[in-house]
Amino acid sequence: MSILSEAQAKAILDKVVALSTADETSAQLTGGVQGNVRFARNDISTSGIVDDADLAVQVAFGKRVGVATINQFDDASLERVVRRAEDLARLAPENPEYMPLVGKQTYRPTDTYSASTAALTAEARARIAQASIDPCRGRGLVAAGFLEDGHTFFAHANSNGNFGYQQSTGADYTCTVRTEDGRGSGWVGSNVQDIEQFDAANDVQIAMRKAAASVDARALEPGKYTVILEPAAAAGLVSFMMNFFDARSADEGRSFLSKAGGGNKIGEQIMDPRVNIYTDPWHPEVPVLPWDGEGLPRQKAPIIEGGKVANLEYSRYWSAKQGKPETAGWGNIIMEGGTKSTADLIAGTDRGILVTRTWYIRLVDPQTVLLTGLTRDGTFYIENGQLKYPVKNFRFNESPVIMLNNIDELGRAVRVKADEGGTMLLPPMKVRDFTFTSLSDAV
Amino acid sequence: MFGKAIAAEQLQDRIDVAVKRRFADAALSAATAAGASYCDVRVGRYLRQFVITRERNVENIVNTESTGTGVRVIADGAWGFAATQDMTEDAVAEAARQATAIAKANARTQTAKVQLAPTPGVGEVSWRTPIKKNAMEVPIADKVDLLMAVNEAALGAGANFVNSLLFLVNEQKYFASTDGSYIDQDIHRIWAPLTVTAIDKTTGKFRSRDGLSAPMGLGWEYMDGRPEDKFVLSNGLTTYGNSYDMKEDAIAAAQDAQAKLKAPSVKPGKYDLVLDPNHLGLTIHESVGHPLELDRVLGYEANYAGTSFATLDKREEGFKYGSEIVNIFADKVQPGSLGAVGYDDEGVKTKRWDLIKDGILVDYQTIRDQAHILGKNESDGCCYADSWSSVQFQRMANVSLAPGKAKLSPADMIAGVDNGIYISGRGSFSIDQQRYNAQFGGTVFYEIKNGKLGPMIEDVAYQMRTPEFWGACSAICDASDYRMFGSFFDGKGQPSQISAVSHGSSTSRFDGINVINTARSLG
Repeated sequence: MSILSEAQAKAILDKVVALSTADETSAQLTGGVQGNVRFARNDISTSGIVDDADLAVQVAFGKRVGVATINQFDDASLERVVRRAEDLARLAPENPEYMPLVGKQTYRPTDTYSASTAALTAEARARIAQASIDPCRGRGLVAAGFLEDGHTFFAHANSNGNFGYQQSTGADYTCTVRTEDGRGSGWVGSNVQDIEQFDAANDVQIAMRKAAASVDARALEPGKYTVILEPAAAAGLVSFMMNFFDARSADEGRSFLSKAGGGNKIGEQIMDPRVNIYTDPWHPEVPVLPWDGEGLPRQKAPIIEGGKVANLEYSRYWSAKQGKPETAGWGNIIMEGGTKSTADLIAGTDRGILVTRTWYIRLVDPQTVLLTGLTRDGTFYIENGQLKYPVKNFRFNESPVIMLNNIDELGRAVRVKADEGGTMLLPPMKVRDFTFTSLSDAV
Repeated sequence: MFGKAIAAEQLQDRIDVAVKRRFADAALSAATAAGASYCDVRVGRYLRQFVITRERNVENIVNTESTGTGVRVIADGAWGFAATQDMTEDAVAEAARQATAIAKANARTQTAKVQLAPTPGVGEVSWRTPIKKNAMEVPIADKVDLLMAVNEAALGAGANFVNSLLFLVNEQKYFASTDGSYIDQDIHRIWAPLTVTAIDKTTGKFRSRDGLSAPMGLGWEYMDGRPEDKFVLSNGLTTYGNSYDMKEDAIAAAQDAQAKLKAPSVKPGKYDLVLDPNHLGLTIHESVGHPLELDRVLGYEANYAGTSFATLDKREEGFKYGSEIVNIFADKVQPGSLGAVGYDDEGVKTKRWDLIKDGILVDYQTIRDQAHILGKNESDGCCYADSWSSVQFQRMANVSLAPGKAKLSPADMIAGVDNGIYISGRGSFSIDQQRYNAQFGGTVFYEIKNGKLGPMIEDVAYQMRTPEFWGACSAICDASDYRMFGSFFDGKGQPSQISAVSHGSSTSRFDGINVINTARSLG
């Protein structure tokens, strides 16, 4: 299948729309080639290429809706997926919240494609793994890591004549380096759209340094500490919090953004005034597709402005019900920062803890977005502007809302991908009174 | 064209086995011709159905189907993998050649050649989840009617909001290898989660209570809610075994969600915990299942899921993992479990084996290319891929706590606790990358005072260090209380894959566990 051209994708989608006997039909066709190489114990462990595409068809008879997907595109399969969606729709009760499809839209393309990433070969992936492993061999260090790259296309069409097509590329690299005796561990991650911006040999040095420096970690008492969260460490908490900006949940009284007595917190100060978070599909460092899942054109929009809630995310149904203008779902999250690097933040810190990475973050209480998780792969005590010694990992119980009220300083924002979240632009941050509740023996 | 051959199929139909064998043979031949010393092929058709509702609306009904072939080879001592959704013999053969080329590229940097534990070829065989009623064949209208009745019942019992869902999975998997196996399997799973939310608009407080069902390797018969499958506590709390009364649970959930709004906050400190199987399963999963996966122990998952505190030397020294009453076994065969299959995804016949015996660590879970590291000459049959397009690797088997040998009911157990907390259902869960330090919440919590179940309490989470926690296990109810918890979307690996796995246990007691209070204020 590989990458379908705009004309090929449109031909399939037009067929689907033409095949449908429903009142409304929309279809999304996505696919591409994903390559990966995985290494561990200083050897490549698995590597592969997956070539796939999926077609999702949604049809509606009045407000009765059905969805079916398939990954075969011969005429008979296209007919089958349309009929299956129609069968489901006929059987479904009316959904009073169903919204008529969007009309024909105009999209301003975003720059989501890099030819160099699309051209990555199995040999090149193996060389990246080799560049990560070689410096560790013979130095008492063990590398484990993963590179995944993709060249994908996304096309959608509907029975109102709307159509969109765009290609994207991306590559995500992570590497954990451990000492052979298991007493030290370091990590590095890099997420790029253009593979030319990535240098494994350079990046792995960071993980190697942290692994060597984290041996013989000392135990500090759990409690409240000033911490410097590297962007990857902050990403886990901030990306989790961003899942709770749904307007409907807030209006219904089941969100941290609900107001006592009813309504939501738009316009209210909920964080430090230095916190500014927005979405922008055209941002040059984290561009995303110019439309959302409904086909609405994405726009640049503030989310937190000066620490106040500027916008929540509205579904089309909820915006109509609340009399709000229809806006697209957010595709990326950008948090503004300052100009300092993580190293600069460390240099300006009398006492604190540097956190390289956070891990296994889960929601404890949605009322306050209280999250628990752990530090991992490089946790160090800072004294008089320097990393003094490694410390044992901690479990934290902290709300990112409280954390973003306790900001001392923000550094320069960088592109980062959370372990279990999407790509975002996020600064390293120095935060006071971060709550560690227990020690972990894990290295 | 093969595409036309399957075009007339309905959801419950299957690809002809002869067609799958043709694809498999095309790949095996192409890989061998390209220089592969081993090849396995998985021709998969993965069907899923989701019915998603909230309050009085059906939000969505979705059927998904994904068909394709994954080819894995060993060439020059290294693995290579390629997958294609193009269902033609030419495309499958090309994927086999691509996988072989990738293996050869990897071999140039590899220092240790892959060693496979022997697995006998089994010829042409088949296996099917022993379901009584294929949920995919149940009319959509029946499913919608059920969920609408569930939601109505919850709303009538005090819920402000209710979400209920049905997740149905059917994996039609055909495996063939150069060892001479052609294995056709038909796997079924079902899950019926619900969440009820109650709000107090005046204070802005809200609380949710999830359903107390478990995802299972069963058919539609799971939704029968048979009386003999109910486990009822003295305060009326009802949990479920091999079938589920969803409407009854929805009513209880609505009442519990309202009660949670007014329930007192826990006083932090040490408590004796009495853990229902529908809660304890997740603790077993995180603190026993994952750390005893051999690939984690060896460092293959170091970059993401992590490693394990339970290193190989601990097995040699007879490491005390828990108290003497703790016996934990792995299996891929328990009827009704999510992990049950006839053969794993590298053609190994499944079995049951011990992991912890009388509190002592005795074994791990492993697959063909790592068994030799344990000195084993056979795989445990734990290999799984979540799609034809994913490379198979070591996944958790069902890992279960054996019931106590002496007669003991949950009521008897509670009667012996002076200062404790009873926990049922899954809540927040988090554990470190070596599986030492964990924190678990739950769905419902009840105070236990002087041998009696007291009122509901809130804001409870317990923190533990794995060996101390299992060392504090002081009592396990007998087999009559045994039932399975399930994890439907267990994530592992890079690229991340999901798998479904069950954990059986009886209600168990853990003494002197540290409980924290999770209430905070946003000011």
